[in-house]
Amino acid sequence: MRALTWHGSHDVRVDTVPDPEIMNPRDAIIEVTSTAICGSDLHLYDGVIPGMMSGDILGHEFMGRVVETGPKSTLQKGQRVVVPFTISCGSCFFCKKHLYSACDNSNPVENQDITEGLYGHAVSALFGYSHLTGGYPGGQAEYVRVPFSDIGPIVVPDGMDDDQVLFLSDILPTGWMAAVNADIEEGDTVAVWGCGPVGLFAVQSALLMGAARVIAIDHYPNRLALARKLGADVIDYKQTHVLEALMEMSGGLGPDAVIDAVGMESHGFAPDTVLDNIKQTVGFGADSGHALREALMAVRKGGRVSIPGVYGGFLDKFPTGALMEKGLQVKTGQTHVQHYISELLKRIEDGEIDTTFLISHRLPLEEAPKGYYNFKNNQDDWTKVVLKTGKS
Amino acid sequence: MRRDEWRRREHWRRHGHDRGGNTEWIALGAAALIGAAGAAYYLQQQPQRHQAHRPPDSAPGRTARQRTFGRYAVVSRTVTIDRPRTQLYGFWRDFQNLPQFMENVKAVTPLDGEVTRWTIEGPMGRDVQVETRIVEDRPNELIAWRSVEGSDIDTEGRVRFRDAPGGRGTEVEAVVAYDAPGGEIGRWIATIFQKEPAIQGRRELKRLKMLMETGEIATSRNHHSARRGGQ
Ligand SMILES: NC(=O)c1ccc[n+]([C@@H]2O[C@H](COP(=O)([O-])OP(=O)(O)OC[C@H]3O[C@@H](n4cnc5c(N)ncnc54)[C@H](O)[C@@H]3O)[C@@H](O)[C@H]2O)c1
Ligand SMILES: [Zn+2]
Ligand SMILES: [Zn+2]
Repeated sequence: MRALTWHGSHDVRVDTVPDPEIMNPRDAIIEVTSTAICGSDLHLYDGVIPGMMSGDILGHEFMGRVVETGPKSTLQKGQRVVVPFTISCGSCFFCKKHLYSACDNSNPVENQDITEGLYGHAVSALFGYSHLTGGYPGGQAEYVRVPFSDIGPIVVPDGMDDDQVLFLSDILPTGWMAAVNADIEEGDTVAVWGCGPVGLFAVQSALLMGAARVIAIDHYPNRLALARKLGADVIDYKQTHVLEALMEMSGGLGPDAVIDAVGMESHGFAPDTVLDNIKQTVGFGADSGHALREALMAVRKGGRVSIPGVYGGFLDKFPTGALMEKGLQVKTGQTHVQHYISELLKRIEDGEIDTTFLISHRLPLEEAPKGYYNFKNNQDDWTKVVLKTGKS
Repeated sequence: MRRDEWRRREHWRRHGHDRGGNTEWIALGAAALIGAAGAAYYLQQQPQRHQAHRPPDSAPGRTARQRTFGRYAVVSRTVTIDRPRTQLYGFWRDFQNLPQFMENVKAVTPLDGEVTRWTIEGPMGRDVQVETRIVEDRPNELIAWRSVEGSDIDTEGRVRFRDAPGGRGTEVEAVVAYDAPGGEIGRWIATIFQKEPAIQGRRELKRLKMLMETGEIATSRNHHSARRGGQ
């Protein structure tokens, strides 16, 4: 089959690789119809996530048709499914608490040692990501092996387009959970850093959850325009001092909740970012944390901090003083996709949520490297790239 | 109690005054990470040979900062498995099930009485045979075994099953000790078990947990001829 494979920093190629097979009883094989490139993929593309190996198949946002099932799969051949990017067993302590992205049983034991050392506990598995998170071949391919296929994939009606439901695999639930984690109350002002796909869905979700005002922060005019269209006020951090503006725009109180939808590759010209970037470049395992630091400074006393943005290593000059002295509450994590997916499918079916506004480019799988290049280098116009395999 | 058994037990206890080989090893690892400048500082932090007498705490002896097991390498790990004690005890008690989650154990064959032969995979296709006898068996609570005289490895182990709090299933605690003999076999046993004892042990218990909770053991290989575990 054809698949997008990783060969190093800024080196991804479409290669011919062996087709996947059923390995475990609960597996299914999916023939992919649509798959997307995510901001998380850019961290791999930029080589800032450790544990990648040449030839790894990327992609964790995908959907398609079931073509093969293991004896314990509950799917049926021909069904159309969207697959969560988190691989979860459904029966461990964490899955039973619906903390699906903390599943104990999906990451092969050989791959658990590093994060057990790095974080104190081994993390669960994700599709098409680093070997720290399982090293499972991903969905930017013609076929994918889906473990625990009786728990993750959600069947979607034939009447709905791929583009309407594809983002149920990751970024829609991620934006939604970002807003859930902000514990929004009536009258709240919510500030969102980053108007990429995750930030935009967080804006949309926060407004749906009753925020009085959402302020979105980025520097790309087109992305800011999309946030404005969704109903947000916007701050362009290249023309405005973010902390001052947020205080003035929230009556001197500061936002009630803040959402960091930027993550470890925060841009900016502040001295902290420059230092962080140098450390990242020399491979210090350092995260760039300008947006997170700014969010912690901006949020009001007793406020809520939600961090959907991905971090993998260590961050220095982390404002622990602001965290403690202001009595902040922090919620974060990879998204518990399985917990939110059916509710969100319903909201799409009911016309309450539209996801198609986000897609700026549709490319054939063969042109995936071009998609990566532009999603990385022309972020303003390339808001979201969907790859089509030509299957239906 | 036999004299050698007493000696063995004595070694398993916490020894406050012994050299903490493990602590040194960790210090060296940390020094390598922080680079040459910091190494001098860490190397100065030698474990104290004579620790003031302290009242014992509640932690298991094998987690002591300074510990020794005599000639033995000890592997230990506790894991919570969301299954009833009876089921887990029953699965383990049938030693023929062990190769399903113990990577190095190729086969377990029952001999006469309480004795079983474990075939353990060695380097370059060489196998090692260990005959073990069950020395304690408390249904749904504990199984302990020890190698019989003349086995390639002098080893003993025990696994304990306790109800986890709050209906979380069962806490399975496994402790295995090995005495590596001399010679070629001894060298590779020492390599596997003394270099990364904790890694081997925890991987096996995690595999058991996967098998019991999900009915399968996770793998990221996606076709049968691929390398295992995505390593
Ligand atoms: N928690 C999860 O499960 C999960 C899931 C998907 C993605 N993510 C993460 O969410 C983050 C965003 O993903 P995305 O797909 O939207 O990525 P993206 O790269 O498309 O968007 C990031 C946006 O942040 C903006 N930005 C950069 N620095 C900024 C700063 N200092 N202040 C304000 N804005 C800034 C960029 O201009 C860009 O528009 C990434 O870290 C990604 O890995 C997390
Ligand atoms: Zn994603
Ligand atoms: Zn689980």
